[in-house]
Amino acid sequence: MAKTVTQEFVKGLWAEIPPFRLVLGLCPTLAVTKTVEDGIGMGVATGFVLVCSNLLISMLRNVIPSKVRIACYIIVVATFVTVVELLMQAFTYPLYLSLGIFIPLIVVNCIVLGRAEAFASKNKILPSIADGLGIGIGYTLSLAALGAVREVFGSGTFLGNPVFGPSFQPFTFMVQAPGAFVCLGLMLCLMNLAGKK
Amino acid sequence: MGDYLVLIISCILINNILLAQYLGNCPFLGTSKRMETAVGMAMAVVFVLVMAGVLAWVIDHYVLKAFHLEYLMTISFILVIAALVQFVEMFLKKSIPALYSGLGIFLPLITTNCAVLGVCLINVKEEYDFMHALVASFAYAVGYGLALILFASVRERIILGRVPRPLQDTSIGLVTAGLISLAFYAFKGMV
Repeated sequence: MAKTVTQEFVKGLWAEIPPFRLVLGLCPTLAVTKTVEDGIGMGVATGFVLVCSNLLISMLRNVIPSKVRIACYIIVVATFVTVVELLMQAFTYPLYLSLGIFIPLIVVNCIVLGRAEAFASKNKILPSIADGLGIGIGYTLSLAALGAVREVFGSGTFLGNPVFGPSFQPFTFMVQAPGAFVCLGLMLCLMNLAGKK
Repeated sequence: MGDYLVLIISCILINNILLAQYLGNCPFLGTSKRMETAVGMAMAVVFVLVMAGVLAWVIDHYVLKAFHLEYLMTISFILVIAALVQFVEMFLKKSIPALYSGLGIFLPLITTNCAVLGVCLINVKEEYDFMHALVASFAYAVGYGLALILFASVRERIILGRVPRPLQDTSIGLVTAGLISLAFYAFKGMV
């Protein structure tokens, strides 16, 4: 039992790390990774929703009728997203402003619904929490990595601290929309290279 | 009138929902491998997005704002979208079977297309009146379709090219999307 729980947790960190191995949830990945801080904030918010919704859906898995299960999952997810939205508005207001409409859009992040459908609806509570936690942390790591690349090259800072000398010319392409696509595409390519034996 | 024209151009080209606002990317990459699926998805998005945009505006204005229930926005919008998609599906199946079979599986997929919920939320955030919300929803949907069809035609060519192994599929797709997005970037500053 303990072993499977660990396995479920660990697989989210590399073997099924979103959004690289599990190509889901691309919109927030592209939109909020202008800086490391936004990336981590989004990852933590999504992770929280993921753990809570996995927990609740796993508890209710024998109660929810299978015909209307997607609608039920969406309501559960939307409830937790509203919780996160209100919490962020209360405690981390600057982050709330910079993430903007991407906080309510966690509802339609395919990762959350995907895990509910593919994992939590079929497994016990503990593995479901481990799965949510693993995928959530994996997602946070990916967003932070992408945010780090884009922030360092795009504005020459890391977590707001300048990394290069004053002569550095920011590569602004990276922090704009086209740079987001190209950067994610190249990182996916690197992941494919690293994953190949 | 000029007001609406500016809104349409900015929603289709400058603030393109896919390439400049990063919404609806999963179906964008998923359905753009073949032209037929891309056209089906684009049509379904135009259809649902306009209806959802209008419905969400009405709900926001006459229910949520009227009773100070703004914090329920996320839940009510997503429920409305899910119900709307189901309803549209049943309606089309009964009365316009040709269109229904044309849209096929793309209709149910739209519930989780974040462009739909995204446009509803943008309309509320920008505080559009009814006509502006209607026009903006339509223009965003057309922009989505335009980007999707453009991208699909590029992707059909890529299949013929020799792409290095690690770059294949989604990876090269994202880089291509970046280049198309760069082309759309040139519209910035037009309005």
